[in-house]
Amino acid sequence: MNENKITLRDIEMRFGDVVALHSTNLQIAAGQTTVLIGPSGCGKSTILRLIIGLLTPTSGAVEFEGVPVSQNNILALRRRMGYVIQEGGLFPHLTAAQNVTLMARHLQSALPEDEIQAKLDELCELTRFPQEGLARYAVELSGGQRQRVSLMRALALDPDVLLLDEPLGALDPMVRASLQTELKEIFGRLGKTVVLVTHDMAEAGYIGDSIVLMRGGRIVQQGSLDDLRERPADDFVSEFITAQRSLIQL
Amino acid sequence: MKKQEEVNSIRQNISRCTFYALSVLLLIYTLPSADAQKIGVGSKRFTESFVLGEIAKRLLEDAGYHVEFKQGMGGTIIVWEALKNGDIAMYPDYTGTIQETILKSATPLTSEQMQSALAEHGIGMTGELGFNNTYAFAMRRAHSDSLNIHKISDLQDHPNLKVGVSHEFLKRKDGWEPLSRRYGLQITPRGMEHALAYVALNNGEIDLMDAYSTDAKLAEYDLAVLEDDLHFFPKYNSVFLYRLDTDLAAIDAIRTVEGAIDEGLMTRLNAEAERTNDFTAAASLYFSEVEHRAVEVAPESFVSKLARWTARHLMLVGISMVIAIVVSIPLGIRASRPGLLSQIIIGVPGVMQTVPSLALLALLVPVPMLGISPTTAIVALFLYSLLPIVRNTATGLQNIPIPLRESAAALGLESTAQLTKLYLPMASRTILAGIKTSVIINVGTATLAALIGAGGLGEPIISGLALNNAEVILQGAIPAALLAILVQVCFDALDRLIIPRGLRLEEASQQAGTGE
Repeated sequence: MNENKITLRDIEMRFGDVVALHSTNLQIAAGQTTVLIGPSGCGKSTILRLIIGLLTPTSGAVEFEGVPVSQNNILALRRRMGYVIQEGGLFPHLTAAQNVTLMARHLQSALPEDEIQAKLDELCELTRFPQEGLARYAVELSGGQRQRVSLMRALALDPDVLLLDEPLGALDPMVRASLQTELKEIFGRLGKTVVLVTHDMAEAGYIGDSIVLMRGGRIVQQGSLDDLRERPADDFVSEFITAQRSLIQL
Repeated sequence: MKKQEEVNSIRQNISRCTFYALSVLLLIYTLPSADAQKIGVGSKRFTESFVLGEIAKRLLEDAGYHVEFKQGMGGTIIVWEALKNGDIAMYPDYTGTIQETILKSATPLTSEQMQSALAEHGIGMTGELGFNNTYAFAMRRAHSDSLNIHKISDLQDHPNLKVGVSHEFLKRKDGWEPLSRRYGLQITPRGMEHALAYVALNNGEIDLMDAYSTDAKLAEYDLAVLEDDLHFFPKYNSVFLYRLDTDLAAIDAIRTVEGAIDEGLMTRLNAEAERTNDFTAAASLYFSEVEHRAVEVAPESFVSKLARWTARHLMLVGISMVIAIVVSIPLGIRASRPGLLSQIIIGVPGVMQTVPSLALLALLVPVPMLGISPTTAIVALFLYSLLPIVRNTATGLQNIPIPLRESAAALGLESTAQLTKLYLPMASRTILAGIKTSVIINVGTATLAALIGAGGLGEPIISGLALNNAEVILQGAIPAALLAILVQVCFDALDRLIIPRGLRLEEASQQAGTGE
């Protein structure tokens, strides 16, 4: 269970003169939820884009189950990963159901219609998305519903890995809190490898098994919330944790 | 789900109907005339040439030919090129024009010299038809009397006269420049469309114009013709030019006109054409006067003519648009990526758009395989239709937000499937708007097809210009405008079927959002 699903080996990522990631090594454990956290521009979303092949590293390699990610295997690998972004990324010309089942219907080994329907029912139940919302278009859904549909789409092919880039960042606090609870429960139930990007320390501590704190294109410290709290690698780690004060402290 | 199926079946029906409509269009376009042998007759763009062309058409039809009459093709060079290319087999011209414009001879030629010079081009010339339609200068009679101008040399003392002459006369070897040198004139003329010059002269906007000595308008407007006292203008005896490879029987049929039309008759035929707005009526007058033959050909009804023009117009627009769409969308897809090639793909149709349509037609006519034909018109319309579709396809794809592109890529779809399932539907509104713009421009531009004998609703417009008759112009202009409106309405309806509902809802909510 403790084997590594994804490994970043000596990755450097440059955009022209700007270095988004300095020589970075990272292991993402299978079946666990790893949270990437840090201030804006620290390189956390870049790591997610590298894993799913939207970016190609300037040097170094991303490995998926020990195999380097390349142009040859990226399509197959993407189908084993689900990707959810802050705005949901739902295609506006498709209904919620069409967004979710797009890939299942496209693939050559397409499932029969009744199995696709069964999968939709199962996903609706898992994400607590109302059945009657399936015929709606993105513009007719609330922000929280869009994220539920986006999560359903990411889970539709039953992937090994879920990549979530600030999935709750655009939601109001009430919806956000309840979705955090649901996500934690869903991740626990499915036992998938999850990589979640957030800038909210409370969310990271609540959902994450392992937290990777980043700053300026470098990983500062990786560990559990307790590790970070009790054995901070430097002052920045302490400052970052205490900067996120909760109501209880007020 | 049921609703989706209905929409799908409607879409299928539409694409099936489109397919049938196109097949019919192509069939009309390519259908050979079944039995009779086909022969092309051309004419230039003024009343007399139209009338002589109609007479030739009747003579050939009576001789058993299927005649394709390409009327009002343009000036001398266009019609001459069409004759040499074999687009037409014959057309009426004048000895003066043949000598000056076609053979470019500095010295006067005898009839035999012209015959042999033309034969080198594979062209023959009939005998003279019997009238001399030379150039003349016309003024309002009262004006010429008050200034005491009766001869061309009298113009020397009036350098401030406003002169409007046809573009052809402006450039001819026996035209304005040598004439003004010979007569020592200091006047700077303006070039203008011949039929419009009569109106300008009558309204006093110009004082002097070039005319043809058999113009019906000379009598109609009671104009004074100035005497060519230095005998500058050559003889403009009317003849038919024909290809030497034309059937002998066809040439014999045309030859029956030799010596049959004097100046008086030609002026009457021209007047008849302008009075009735119908060149076939003028041709009928010729047959009744010359051959004392009963005229029983019923003139084509307006509805039937309108149907014929509209069908041809739709064919030109339809074929050129289908090709333009098929070519432009892939080009637009390629142009949506950054790089030099994309700039070229957008730039070339852009330059095309700046070429005036008339000039584009004139440039295409000499191209091998094109010539004076509907194909040339379709090529020109196709070239004009490219830019809006290419540009809108590229812009529509470029405007898809980055998060949506990344989501599309992250799904693990092949790039072709990303394009067809996601990108093109998301850009469909912009692409369709480009197509709509193209069709509406195309419907308007297609009226110019008549200039090269390709027919359509431009036919009455050009005849009307030749006749200087607003009513005839409107017979083409109004249906063309209505057609453009109809196209607009059809496309608005098509929007609902082609643009996915989700995109329309999104647009509506954005509009509501900005309205708040």
